[in-house]
Amino acid sequence: MKARKFKEIFGFNILRLCVGIVIFILIIILYDITSKGIGVISWKFLTAMPKNGMTEGGILPAIVGTFLVTVITALLSIPLGMGCAIYLNEYARDNKITRLIRMSIRNLSGVPSIVYGLFGVILFVQMMNLGTCILSAGFTLGLMTLPWTITASEEALKNVPNSYREGALALGATKWQAIKTNVLPYAIPGMLTGTILGLSRAAGETAPILFTGAAFFLPFLPKSLSSQFMALPYHLYIMSTQHHAVSKVRPIAYGTALVLIALVFIMNLCAVIVRYRLRKIKME
Amino acid sequence: MAKHNNFKEKFIHGLFFLNGLLVIIVLVGIFVLLVTKSLPAFKEIRFSEFLFKANWNPTATFVTPSYGIGSMLVSTLMVSIGALAIAIPLGIGAAAYLSDVASQRVREIAKPIIEILAGIPSVVIGFLGIVLVGPVIAKIFHIPNGLNALNGSILLAVMALPTIISLSEDALNSVPKSFQEASLALGATHWQTLVRVKIPAALSGIIAASMLGMGRAIGETMTVLMATGCAIAMPTSFLQSVQTMTATIAIELGEVPYNTTHYYALFGIGLVLFIITFIVNMISDIVLHKYQRVLK
Repeated sequence: MKARKFKEIFGFNILRLCVGIVIFILIIILYDITSKGIGVISWKFLTAMPKNGMTEGGILPAIVGTFLVTVITALLSIPLGMGCAIYLNEYARDNKITRLIRMSIRNLSGVPSIVYGLFGVILFVQMMNLGTCILSAGFTLGLMTLPWTITASEEALKNVPNSYREGALALGATKWQAIKTNVLPYAIPGMLTGTILGLSRAAGETAPILFTGAAFFLPFLPKSLSSQFMALPYHLYIMSTQHHAVSKVRPIAYGTALVLIALVFIMNLCAVIVRYRLRKIKME
Repeated sequence: MAKHNNFKEKFIHGLFFLNGLLVIIVLVGIFVLLVTKSLPAFKEIRFSEFLFKANWNPTATFVTPSYGIGSMLVSTLMVSIGALAIAIPLGIGAAAYLSDVASQRVREIAKPIIEILAGIPSVVIGFLGIVLVGPVIAKIFHIPNGLNALNGSILLAVMALPTIISLSEDALNSVPKSFQEASLALGATHWQTLVRVKIPAALSGIIAASMLGMGRAIGETMTVLMATGCAIAMPTSFLQSVQTMTATIAIELGEVPYNTTHYYALFGIGLVLFIITFIVNMISDIVLHKYQRVLK
């Protein structure tokens, strides 16, 4: 009996250790980036152009570039993702095509990001003749985030009770009217939560924008959506591997990493706040 | 009026249907474009040679260029399997703790932490591979340079952990309560119940989670590009620098002229990647569905 009890305590402690290691990994990551990056961050670092072959100055063009690309990503991914989710949850019957759509979504979310990059090069840069630019990169990331947006949006639609739909239909509303007035208003906060999480992942992605528009170094802000751009994740990659004086620019690399992580966290925080407020509304 | 409404309804329905079809079009489109772009390469290179020979040298000037991706294929599998060897035990352990041992409070703290880990961009993880993991590996094994397969495996493990933990935890949580109660009623301890009843019952869910993690690891680009040292050679040990398929595309596509054999061959690598991840994801999907049916 005692041996069994001992075994149980021992086993649970090993499991506890596993969780401990995972948490420890995260703490190390955050500590290293924050402690070495915080000294670099200043108002000037955030608002100045890179200077002297990127060994001095700030990262403004990378911040602006990432922001613009994320906006394009959202413009493509949100309407198409929500539309697909509405179809799947509100209209689709359980037939072969629906199952095929669901299978495609699961597979799309498993396609490697670099393959999305290849797809973007052929489709947007070459076939649509957009060239390497913000639009091409944003569209590529938009397609990549599509499966996440759909899954999150469908989840939100599922959470709207059926009685809401039935109430509207019983009053003589058409299907679309019921969706528009009685489903979407309650589902949109949930949809947004998932979508913002997806966008935050897109903002940190590098592989899909490598060949679709990200530039090594541009000492000015993008003039239009069809110009090349600098991006935070790509800038970090350049500063840590491709720069001619890699060890000299290490502080800038740390600063860029910190800004990138902060950006992702702020977006996640927005999503969490939206979710929290949504819960509160539901409780009332 | 009613008729007009009816037409409008049908129109909207059709619109959403087309929107639903879009995902199929994108998936098929990716496959078709990869095939058409890599076909010209396979007119010059035999597919079996492309896949199994380890002689990637597309820019050779004095000898004929050669296009065998064997070493990259092995490197990709090696780094991914190394990552899973770290991530699966750790992930299952953490999932079991969260689902069966942890108090509600601990769970509420741990869950967001794992979500945060999942949110860290791959390029940041790769950066830490250079500045943090690399030097540690170099010191431990007394080698001049810590950028090697082991480094890549450690980083990919960190990236695969959140997926494996949260999906395994879902699998453990969906084991019917009656299983657990029956086991406890027969006098088993919580630990015995967990190891001999719950984990076996959730096994296919856990396998599906691990396969999904494997798919992610195979397709991951930035971390392996930055941390594995990028040297094309058939890997013999985990302490050797390697170059994966994804890294090769990332390095070479930016420099190669459009519409050359080299360019097409890079799309060929993309096609191979697509097919491998597709198969891995399909297996994960099938395992998961079977499991859900069994539990019902």
